[in-house]
Amino acid sequence: MAHTAVDATNPAAGDDPSRRDFIHIAALTAAAGGGLAAIWPFVAQMNPSADTLALASVEYDLTKIEPAQQVTINWRGKPLFIRNRTPEQIAAAVKDDHAALRDPQTDAERHKEGKAQWLVLVGSCTHLGCVPTVGGGEYGGWFCPCHGSHYDTSGRIRKGPAPKNLAVPDYAFLSDTKVKIG
Amino acid sequence: MSGHSTYEPKNGFSRWLDARLPVGRLVWDSFVDYPTPRNLNYWWTFGGILSLCLAVQLITGIVLAMHYTPSAATAFNSVEHIMRDVNYGWLLRYMHANGASMFFIAVYIHMLRGVYYGSYKSPREVLWILGCVIYLLMMATAFMGYVLPWGQMSFHGAVVITNLLGAFPVVGDAITTLLWGGFAVDEPTLKRFFSLHYLLPFMIAGVVILHVWALHVVGQNNPTGVEPKSKADTLPFTPYATVKDGFAMSLFVILFATFVFYLPDALGHADNYIPANPLVTPSHIVPEWYFLPFYAILRAIPDKLMGVLAMFGAIACIFALPWLDTSKVKSMRYRPQARLYFFIFLVACVILGFCGAKLPDDQVIPGLETFQLLDSKLNSWVWLSRVATLYYFAYFLLVMPLLGLFEKPLPTPETISSPVLGGDKKD
Ligand code: HEM
Ligand code: FES
Repeated sequence: MAHTAVDATNPAAGDDPSRRDFIHIAALTAAAGGGLAAIWPFVAQMNPSADTLALASVEYDLTKIEPAQQVTINWRGKPLFIRNRTPEQIAAAVKDDHAALRDPQTDAERHKEGKAQWLVLVGSCTHLGCVPTVGGGEYGGWFCPCHGSHYDTSGRIRKGPAPKNLAVPDYAFLSDTKVKIG
Repeated sequence: MSGHSTYEPKNGFSRWLDARLPVGRLVWDSFVDYPTPRNLNYWWTFGGILSLCLAVQLITGIVLAMHYTPSAATAFNSVEHIMRDVNYGWLLRYMHANGASMFFIAVYIHMLRGVYYGSYKSPREVLWILGCVIYLLMMATAFMGYVLPWGQMSFHGAVVITNLLGAFPVVGDAITTLLWGGFAVDEPTLKRFFSLHYLLPFMIAGVVILHVWALHVVGQNNPTGVEPKSKADTLPFTPYATVKDGFAMSLFVILFATFVFYLPDALGHADNYIPANPLVTPSHIVPEWYFLPFYAILRAIPDKLMGVLAMFGAIACIFALPWLDTSKVKSMRYRPQARLYFFIFLVACVILGFCGAKLPDDQVIPGLETFQLLDSKLNSWVWLSRVATLYYFAYFLLVMPLLGLFEKPLPTPETISSPVLGGDKKD
């Protein structure tokens, strides 16, 4: 501290400025640190609680889904799409792998290897979170009615305000007919 | 305040209290003896009306909270219980729901009054900013209140609006998760919204006190925009302003009652009588009418982040108004050109309101085929909203700063009383 040195050359001053400085700094630090420490839990309580985090995975039996059909299930309070794609739909998606995409991804990156038939997606429009309707839009994938986003049969954004492809959640095939999401 | 106080305690008790806590004096100085410009018109009665609105929302809200349960499983049913079973519950809820709309009607008139008569100009900048803060808090309160019935519009409205914050790069997702308390709008979201919906109106009440305090420091503006110069320019608040405010409030209450008793659901949306279902979005999702212009601005811009920034920017412009307007003349009564741009601004806001309620790609003029311009047909709501959005921002960022430099205002009267008493110039 610069002025400590200056003060040292002037011991005539009545009180001891370096001790007062110390008290000021200590008090301010304690107030700032204490304030932050006190605010922390009040903000942290807003984040997902332990039981919300624990509810994070679901299993689903794929035999219930007919070809060309989609089911919507509730996963962490959000809709989850499981779509049983027809060969034509898969072909349409693969054909566009190198089209001008806003969020470039190939179809193969969006399903598990050897399971091109099954598309598992978070059913929240990446614009503002509405639930897109299956089969709609100009690309035959999904159409979001809220502000008009079009997704193709791979769930990739093709037109409209949404910035990203429909998200692929973490999931795994437990067997040929069973998936576990989350 | 107006310098010295003329309060004289009438009896022993008020003398005793006045020496200890002079609330009687405060009320007397603020609402009885307080000098108001003698030429105030009915556009000046909306401050009183707004206080009434706040009182109505607080009282009906606190009573509703005695019957409402903030839980995803029961919220919808508890509102139906209020509507069907609670004695006069239907009345309380309709008062509260329509009261929110009335509140916004009044606040918009109050704010536009301020713009027209230049009430935000020096020395009233802080007064104006405090008003803007109240308006922001009102929007937050009304948004969270609308989520509470947990119907389809409640739910998906909350999804869309909270997702707006997700548009911010890097921190967006963390903010939405923090706001939701989960991975989607859900139980924790409803609970915290209820808590905050209860809290914010009291914060509004606090800011209202500051707003009125600031008002009483600088005094009211008036239709001429000329500051009062002598006693001839003012009249005491009571009885002149009290009676005029009271009369306007009565008319306002008639309008309010018309909605509550004859058109209780006219301003709401039918889909909100369907319980929330996270897996299905209503085919046409619209916010409450008072948010429509901002919603239209959001949708006018094809990029998500830019759309969100434009929407917040639209509100920021209102805050910045005192520093955007360069004209020394307060009242547009003496600014014919400013008046023209102001009325176009009004029209632009109404157009934005309509645009916000429509599907972006639908035709404005039915049947008229037009060419494709970038992402939509020219004859579409989205293009109309782009034109209106452009004007909205141009009004604040171009017209306001430039007009004051180039226009030629009419002569303003010497004092308030000269046109009122002397008839120096007709209106
Ligand atoms: C600035 C003042 C306020 C505004 C603008 C406001 C606005 C709203 C709105 C728009 C709704 C939805 C109405 C509907 O469609 O059902 C609502 C609901 C509700 N509000 Fe408020 N409110 C205010 C103050 C309060 C206060 C002070 C409370 C006290 C706790 C409260 C308690 C409630 C409750 C319990 C509901 C749910 C019941 C219902 O939906 O009718 N409000 N509020
Ligand atoms: S939420 Fe899907 S387009 Fe806006």
